[in-house]
Amino acid sequence: MTTVSDNLLGAIGGVPRPETDVVVDARDVNKYFGRLHVLKDVCLQVKRQETVVVIGPSGSGKTTFIRCVNHLEKIQGGRIFVNGHLIGYRETGGGKLVEDREKNISLQRQEIGMVFQRFNLFPHMTALENIVEAPIHVRGIPEEEARVVGRALLERVGLAAKENVYPNQLSGGQQQRIAIARALAMKPALMLFDEPTSALDPEMIGEVLEVMKELAREGMTMIVVSHEMGFAREVANRVVMMDDGVVVEEGTPDQVFSAPSQERTKTFLSKIL
Amino acid sequence: MTASFLNRFGTRRALLVGCLVFVALVVTGCSSGKAAYNIRPQFFWDSLLKPDSAIINGLGLTIGISVIAQLIGVTMGVFAAMGRMAKFLPFRLVANFYIWVFRGTPLLVQLSFFYYGLATAGLFRWPTVVAGPIDILPQVLAGIVILGVNEGAYMAEIVRAGILAVDPGQTEAAKSLGMTYGQTMSRIVLPQAARVIIPPLGNEFNNMLKTTSLLSALSIFELYNTFSVSAGHSYATFELFAACAVWYLILTTIWGVVQSRIERRFSRGTTTSNSSGVGPRNKGFAARFMSLRAPIEQ
Repeated sequence: MTTVSDNLLGAIGGVPRPETDVVVDARDVNKYFGRLHVLKDVCLQVKRQETVVVIGPSGSGKTTFIRCVNHLEKIQGGRIFVNGHLIGYRETGGGKLVEDREKNISLQRQEIGMVFQRFNLFPHMTALENIVEAPIHVRGIPEEEARVVGRALLERVGLAAKENVYPNQLSGGQQQRIAIARALAMKPALMLFDEPTSALDPEMIGEVLEVMKELAREGMTMIVVSHEMGFAREVANRVVMMDDGVVVEEGTPDQVFSAPSQERTKTFLSKIL
Repeated sequence: MTASFLNRFGTRRALLVGCLVFVALVVTGCSSGKAAYNIRPQFFWDSLLKPDSAIINGLGLTIGISVIAQLIGVTMGVFAAMGRMAKFLPFRLVANFYIWVFRGTPLLVQLSFFYYGLATAGLFRWPTVVAGPIDILPQVLAGIVILGVNEGAYMAEIVRAGILAVDPGQTEAAKSLGMTYGQTMSRIVLPQAARVIIPPLGNEFNNMLKTTSLLSALSIFELYNTFSVSAGHSYATFELFAACAVWYLILTTIWGVVQSRIERRFSRGTTTSNSSGVGPRNKGFAARFMSLRAPIEQ
């Protein structure tokens, strides 16, 4: 039995250990939607226990980029490694990339948690069922064990009382906290957040950010697409500014927010701050 | 004029009253004087109130065949729908061909071709299947399978519409948790598609109960054929076919009640409150059927 701990990662039995120092290594990623070139030679490295916040105007490719990291989007050029494994593709003898078998892609995705802008909780399952679904049916963990972990996670995100409630009866902030718990229950080595607070009413943003901050402090490796500057300043190790499919600038939050080197970053920040 | 009268009066209640008048006519044995035909009400009442073993058998066959054929239909429909939406071209071609053929030809032709046609040409004879205590005769087996496969072609479009109605974000969430296509479909997408699929599925089953009467073409003694044969013997054609119609009404009415129960169950997780609600969709079949206010038209 897992003992109930007082932190989020404790609930899933400690910090999942990424196998490599560099958890995410994206090299020259290129992506097209038809003829539209949405990612242009994007490179990004994320080290173990690092939190990287990606900012940029809408249409800049930041959401597309993190969707490529767990292969929800195909890429047309470059390579993305997570934990040293090439994501979504395998390399043939001639150095060409061929899309990997579905089963292997599913295995890779088990190591990558994702939180969506619109939560995407399963509406036909209760909060607890949402959380234990993948551990039981994907990881094959015994039901009782999964439930213990699931309850511990619910408690850590402050929703222990809601385990038997269906998502539609919960507020957006509550749904998003459950979505975070659902992703964590798979004990991922990496968490991706796709604008996790953009669909929330203002008064609910704080409760979700609190959970994310705690997660970052406890040493989860995270890529967060977000415009929450307060969050970025407080917990990001690095901020990456994207515009028009290109990484324009990256650095510590202080560097990027207080002394941006690029004109495009300055313009963008002046609009949102 | 008649239409506007029906609109105001309510089609459903008009039907109900029509049925009552009809039954009353039969019961009183009203024979309008001049007709040579002598109505014998006991044929009507006996086959309803004291059904003999042939009728009981026919009822059993009609229900049994309908249920199994519908199950086959749903299964085929799910696979055909997934085939139609597959990335792999041959899957799409096979699914489209299947739907095209079975929706494009009459069921009666399909029954005749796959039962009599194949056997006469010496290509295939349907076997007798022993299922526990009962033997399933070749024509019954053929009837079940052909009805089921035919139904699958119609279910395919219903299932496809249901799958398309599920938010794509659900598939993405399932994938991001490491679920395979099969797991995503069976655990996340289809259970949610069910809410959209179940109301038309109920109508399909209502249809199926009645369509089994075509199996008389294969000399299967389901409900219709049983009455048809006994009408031939007794010449109580009027009384027996009226009773036969009442039996089908009883079956479809019971199904209507079951259907509304099932629909309510599958809507879980879609209401924002814990109560079952008071909207018309949540009203029981009986309440809807007997509702005193005529349906609002336009």
